[in-house]
Order: sequence, then structure tokens, then C-alpha cells
Amino acid sequence: MSVTETYAPSADTGGPGQPLLIVRDLQKHFPVSGGLLGRTQAKVQAVDRVSFSVKKGETLGIVGESGCGKSTTAKLLIGLTEKDRGEIIFDGHALGERLSLKDLRRGVQMVFQDSYATLNPRLTILDSVAFGAQVQGLADPKCLARKMMDRVGLDPNRFAHRYPHELSGGQRQRVNIARALAMSPRLVVLDEAVSALDKSVEAQVLNLLGDLRAEFGLTYIFISHDLNVVRFISDRILVMYLGEVVEVAPVDSIWAEQAHPYTRSLFSAMPSMDPDDRTKEPPLVGDPPNPINPPKGCRFHTRCRFAAEACKTKVPKLAGLSGNADHLVACHLHDAASGHPKAGQGVPA
Amino acid sequence: MTKLLEINDLTVRFSGKRTVHAINNVSLSMEQGETLALLGESGSGKSVTLKALLGLLPPKRSSVEGSIHVNGTDVLSLSGKALQRYRGAEVSMVFQEPALALDPVYTVGHQIAESVMRHKGVSKADALSTALDMLDRVRIPSANRRLHSYPHELSGGMRQRVMIALALACRPRLLLADEPTTALDATVQIQILLLLRELQKEFGMGVIFVTHDIGVAVEISERVAVMYAGQIVEEGTTREIIRDGRHPYTQGLLAANLHDVARGARLNAIPGAPPALEVKPDACPFAPRCSHVMPACRAALPPMVTTEGRRRVACLHADAVVAAE
Amino acid sequence: MALTDTTGGQAVEPAPIEKPQGYWSGVGARLVRDPLTMICAGVVLALILAAVFAPLLGLADPYKGSMIARLKPLGTEGHILGTDEQGRDMLARLIYGGRLTLFIGLMPVVLAFFIGSALGITAGYVGGLTNTIIMRTVDVFFAFPSVLLAIAISGALGAGIVNSLVSLTIVFIPPITRVAEAVTSGVRALDYIDAARATGANAWTVIRVHVIGNVLSPIFVYATSLTSVCMILAAGLSFLGIGVRPPEPEWGLMLNTLRSAIYVNPWLSALPGVMIFITSLCLNLLSDGLRSAMNVRD
Repeated sequence: MSVTETYAPSADTGGPGQPLLIVRDLQKHFPVSGGLLGRTQAKVQAVDRVSFSVKKGETLGIVGESGCGKSTTAKLLIGLTEKDRGEIIFDGHALGERLSLKDLRRGVQMVFQDSYATLNPRLTILDSVAFGAQVQGLADPKCLARKMMDRVGLDPNRFAHRYPHELSGGQRQRVNIARALAMSPRLVVLDEAVSALDKSVEAQVLNLLGDLRAEFGLTYIFISHDLNVVRFISDRILVMYLGEVVEVAPVDSIWAEQAHPYTRSLFSAMPSMDPDDRTKEPPLVGDPPNPINPPKGCRFHTRCRFAAEACKTKVPKLAGLSGNADHLVACHLHDAASGHPKAGQGVPA
Repeated sequence: MTKLLEINDLTVRFSGKRTVHAINNVSLSMEQGETLALLGESGSGKSVTLKALLGLLPPKRSSVEGSIHVNGTDVLSLSGKALQRYRGAEVSMVFQEPALALDPVYTVGHQIAESVMRHKGVSKADALSTALDMLDRVRIPSANRRLHSYPHELSGGMRQRVMIALALACRPRLLLADEPTTALDATVQIQILLLLRELQKEFGMGVIFVTHDIGVAVEISERVAVMYAGQIVEEGTTREIIRDGRHPYTQGLLAANLHDVARGARLNAIPGAPPALEVKPDACPFAPRCSHVMPACRAALPPMVTTEGRRRVACLHADAVVAAE
Repeated sequence: MALTDTTGGQAVEPAPIEKPQGYWSGVGARLVRDPLTMICAGVVLALILAAVFAPLLGLADPYKGSMIARLKPLGTEGHILGTDEQGRDMLARLIYGGRLTLFIGLMPVVLAFFIGSALGITAGYVGGLTNTIIMRTVDVFFAFPSVLLAIAISGALGAGIVNSLVSLTIVFIPPITRVAEAVTSGVRALDYIDAARATGANAWTVIRVHVIGNVLSPIFVYATSLTSVCMILAAGLSFLGIGVRPPEPEWGLMLNTLRSAIYVNPWLSALPGVMIFITSLCLNLLSDGLRSAMNVRD
């Protein structure tokens, strides 16, 4: 019996038209305590007003720099961090109403960046992979785990009884993927899952992720700082800056036109691959601001070349571009009624 | 003029619980003011090469053979005071994590001035004014105020600028950079790369830039040496390597960069993983992963073929490729 | 073909089937290969066995004194380790003394190990208010010097072996709880705990499978290092008349009663101290050996 036959995800409820995951107005602020009595002195506004949806079978790429809230979003989605506000709706069922946390975790699994830190150093590979299936009460977790190990390219006869430190980074990340898939999830959140790997190994793991997606009909949320990787694996890309979504668009659309000034900077910050046409000027000056006290209005206005008075006071709304409703952007330049002097004209070249 | 750097047959072996043949017969030379990227994956020996250059290898656990000359100085024979003078004044280093490389209990101005005083023997006031000048040169805004900041008060990008200022304060002839932008965000990384490029022109020093990212190598360097399993497998100008990588490993790395790869297409990934180097390779170390492998590749180490000028490839196919053209 | 493409570094060599080896059998195998730890384990085991089976060893009566044969030096005929200030056979007293000393030296630490670990792991894993309540309570006890605390509790409970057992246990719970809390909150922050929680496992399952194995060895090593302190504290209590009472043989008590003989026969009066020293040294080395054997990374 092959792994495909033993793969038993929870039943589809809403049909292919219903998004697998809808996130509405997600918010998470972490208190920063200090002082003698440990009182809250400030709040890290890690995730603010984040809304998006993921269609069944789609791969959504999330990009952004450190502190932009992409990893916190991932942890909120799977309930590892408790959200302050907002809704998480998995296949039509809202978390906390018709969906328990345990059921959510059956349907959504996560692969983390640090392949070593995510494995218990005292458990054998087989025990680690089988743990989730055991917890969820699936039949014969050890056998399932062996099959899944085999599927991700780790011979169970050789690796089942080894410990994490005896494996290479690429092999450990395969273990983490096997562990996530052993629970037959429908959505897998990959948080910088290939970032720590060497390039040649990264390509192997990307191929594997592509194969698994096709074989098990998976939906991915792929978080990365590497635009090339995100472009390769995703159908749509979501760009975050300081805890907020600034742009969401299909890959080809965003590659053709970056509608938000930040997205444009992020794209031009990619190293050139042409020795005769190296980058001449950095697109942005300075580091991203601290998410503890993010700028008012549009959070990017402190670094934006096109910032006007309206950007400092008014929070831009995420809205479709005129002529391309699938391409959403949160920028006053695209909103005719924003009050920006160049409102409605789009980002100047 | 003497060569800036001349490495001959450098071999480094670590002993201990496990023996690791980290570097095997590496030869490398650099002209004054050249920028070279050492490109390779983890365990390829690129960082060990830098450590050997600075004389930082643990003497008890490592055995070093071959020779390293920087500006005619035999680095491996240096010790004590001479080694200290050489580090910092002749060669200095920028690390991946400035947060770990800077001392948290001193202000950044103090740290730069201290190094200047030690190497140049100038007064504290002069050293501080040099420090201020250096912070200006690495484009730190309001440098005067930043002189009195502690490392933790600075952002990641600013810390890396301070690290560069510290490394360049004594005007070394050779700057070693060990993945200095890997820990930084994309928009900050490009700023640091361009800064290093400008400073290199300004100061005229040679730079060895260790990286695993081909894109970064393209942005920073004129020449690239690709390392695999403790050996240099290919060297050439950046243009030659990018446009016409000859070694199958270089070609695999270029393909794995995913630049301009069709979405969802199957990647032409190099299978397998690098060797553990517990024994010294006596055949092409890439042979087990190579798609062009021939019996001869497994029989002996492939010779380093110098094609034109300073371009060289350690692959039996190098000639064939040249002949085909 | 698609399948072989996605294998990571295995296609190169053939795959021998590896025998499964459990965690504890691995620890055992590593221990056996460590001669120093094995010697220490042997010494501790010998001391315990000798104490337990003391009546079968054909020793002199440890309670029977002799006014003539007082403070005989080492090597005296019939008393190979000499006699104490009341003329009792030292060898017999040292071996019989092992019974009480080891019991009072080890038992409180064992009890405190279980109670302190439970408290510390709970505080470290749950965090928040639970952590605050447990840790602040512990801090109150921690604020007193351990000797003073032991004396105070023993004094309040009255003299006797059981009472000194209780008081010493209470003394050692706070430090063990602290160590347990510190290592647990360290482990709690690691990604593999998040990964385990993400499977939908409840807190108890996560603690049982993923936390305990990773925190127990540092707590255990710390606890073993407390046994020597515990033996000395127990001796102190006996000396003050709120622990073991004469004529019961106990190393700490013997050390105290022989201290006046230090000018007459220094070797003799040092003997109980040597026993304490050997025992605590062996326990410490044993705990070090256990720590490295319990580390799967080597």
C-alpha cells in the first residue's frame, strides 16, 4: 500500500470554490515589560489588520524583512501564539466556534526554519515523525511514519533509529516535512523552511515540496525572505511590512508591476545576476524601523520617496488595482480619494 | 610589485574525535586591490581559509601545511607580537554577526580608537578623531553622536557599518569578509554591499569576500573562486564564472539560484550531499554527485587546468568543453 | 525517476539496515565504556552494600566500648582502623555509620529531586501566574541560609531521624525547583516544543515526551552534587542534638565527637571525614559521568 492511499486528510466541506483558509483582521501585539514591577511599557505591534485568504491547492508566498510579522502570522495561524483579535476560518469553520484548536492542528501543519531546533534531540527520527500521528490517534503511527519517511527520501531502515544530530541539515528538514505530513494535513505552513539549507540541497527540497503538493493535493503557505524561491514555488505573493499587508498579487502580476513602493524597493534590493549590470544605488536607506512604535499612518512613509502629508496621517486600505482586481495594494498613490497629491496615478517610475 | 596574497598548496587538517581534512592543496593568488569572492556551501572550507589567513586556527587541534604570503610576509611563521601587528594592521576581518564581534560594554568610538591606538601608536584624541572619520566614511548618520553609542543601541545594519569602520580604521591592505551580509535584511544587505564596493575603491585594499550566495558575489567581486570539499574547483572573473561556469558544481550552483527559472518547473538539483572529508579525497570529490562522471574521475584527483590567463578549472571535462567551443 | 531525484544523499551508498537501539541501552553502553565512572559507581555501590549487609560482615559490635582501648591508632591488632574515644571499633562504626549517613544524605535529596522537579517543570512549562506563585514561594525559602533553615525546621519539629529527613528535604526543594524551572523554561522556548504543540498534543503529553527527557539530566546532576552538602548538614543537625543522637554511629556525628582527639590521633579523627569525602567525590564524579552518558550528541 502506498503512502498516497494511507494519506487521510479531513473531509472537504465547502467544495473547491470555498477558500481553504480565510484570515480576517488578525492582530497580535506583544507587551514589552520592564521596570521594577514588570509593568507593560510598550507593545510590539507584530501583526496588525492582516487579512487574506488561501484557495484550495494554491501556494501563497509571504515575503518581508525581519520584524515584518511573517513568522508571527504563521504561529497565529496554527494557534502557537494566541491572537488578540481576528478570525481564522479553515474550510468554512471558524476557529473557536465550529473548529477546535486540536482539529485545526490536524488540518494545518507547520515546518520551521531551524531543522535542528525543531527536533527533540532525545527522540529518534521515527519517534519524532510518529509523535503527531500518535497524538491525533491515527492507526499504526509507526508504520505511517516509516512510509512517510520513505516518501520524503529517507530510507526508514537506515534513518528510523538515528538521532537528529546524526543527520545533515537537508535530511533533518526532510524529517520535519515527514513529521508534518504524517498527520495528513491539508494546509502546510512552511516558515523559511529552505532558508537555512545550502543552495544545492535547497533545490532538492523544493523539488520534493513540489512533488508532495501534487501527490497529496496540498495547499502551502510559503514564508521566505528569498524572492526567487517564493516566485518559483508560489501562485500568489503577499508582501508584509512592519506587521501589515502592503500588497497581495498573483506572481506574474507582481513580477510585472510592483504596485507598492516598498515592494518595488524589495525587488530592486535583490542582488543582480549580471556582472555587467550591477546595482548602482541602494533602493532604501537605513534599516526597517522598530515594530515597537511603528510610524503612524502608512507605516512605510518614513522611508518612502513618494510620501506626502496624507501618508503620515491616514492608514491606506488594501484595495484592488484599477484594471486588475486580483492585485491588491495598500498605498495612497493608487487610491484616487486618498488626498495624496498624486493620488490615483500609481507609483511613479 | 609584490602580490597581495600568495597561497601555495595550503592543507589544513583538524584532528580530535573526528579527523576532518578541511582544506586540501589550495593555491590562490591575488593582486593588490583585487576583490575576490570565495563561493561555496557550508563545510566547503571557505571560512577555514580565512581563519588560516589570520592565523586563527587552533594550534593544538589543527595541522597546517603549505604556505601563505601576504605582501611577502610569511603568515604561518608569525607568532606573538608580530602576529598581533599583522592582524588588524595588515589584514583585518568583518564577521557575519557584528552583535557578537563587537564588545557590548564599550562604546563603538572607544573600540575603534582603541584599535587605532594599539596599531598606530597615536594619542587618544587622534585615535578618536580617526574613529569619527571612519564612522563618517561608512555613512553612519550623525556620526558624532554615534561615537558614544553602545553596540546594542544600533540596528543590525548600523552595527555592520561599525564593524567595517573598525576593520578599516588601521588601513589594512587586505580585508577579509566572512558572510557579512547573510544575517541582514535584503534592503540592508544591498546597502552594505555597495558601501563595501565604494570603500574598496576609496582605500584600494584587496578584499576576500566569503559567501554562499552567487548574487552577492556578483555584486561585490571582480573574481570568483568556487570551493567544494576543501578545494578550489574553479576560478575566474565573475563574468566568466556567471556566463560560462565550466565545473559541473558551479553549473549546479548557478541553476540552484532560481534566477529566471520557470515557476513550478522541476529544478535541476545536484543530488546527494557534500562528502564528510574524514579521509583526504584521492579522486574528484564531486564525482558521486556529478552527472558527467567518468571512470577516470573516480580514479584520481582531476588536475587543475589553466585555460586562459588566470582562469582555471579542476575538472577532466574542462578541456573537452574548451575543445567543443 | 522522480522519486530518485528527491532523495537526499542516500542514493550514493547502499543502505544497511540499522539495529534499533533504545535511549537507555545507549546510555548504559556509554557508561560501561567510561572507566572512571564505573569505578565511582563501584565504590558507591560497595559502600551501600556494606552498610546494608553490615551485620553479615563479621564486624565488631559498633556500640561496645572499652575504657582501656580508647583512641587506639590505625593498625592496632583487632581494630584495624583503631578505636574511637570510647574504645569502640572504628571499622565497624564506619560501616554501620554508612547506614544512617547514606540514608540521611541521600533520601532528602531524592525526595527533593522529585518534588522540586515537579514544581520546577510545572512552573517553567506553564509560566505566567503559576510560575510567579511557585517561584516566589520558593524564593522565600531560598532567602534563608540552608543551615539556618534546616535548624529552624528541625527545631520546630523536634529531634529525630524522621524530622531531620523532613527538614532537609524542605531545605533542598527550593534550589532544585529553581534549577528545574530554569532549564524547563529554556527548553520551553525551543522550536521542537512548538512543533510538538502544533500536533495538537496536550500539555501533559508534551511534557512527558519532549520536556522531561531534556531537563531531567541537568536537574539530576545538580541534585547529585547536593548529596554531599546534605550529608554535612545532617551531621550538623546531629551535632546540635536535633538530628541523629549518640551512640548511633553516623559519620558526621563521629567527626564531631572525634574532633577533640585531633591532637592525640589526627589520622583517626580524620577517618569519618575521609568517608564523607570519598562518598561525595564518587557521587560527584558519577553524576558527571552520567551527564555525559545521557548526552546523545557524543
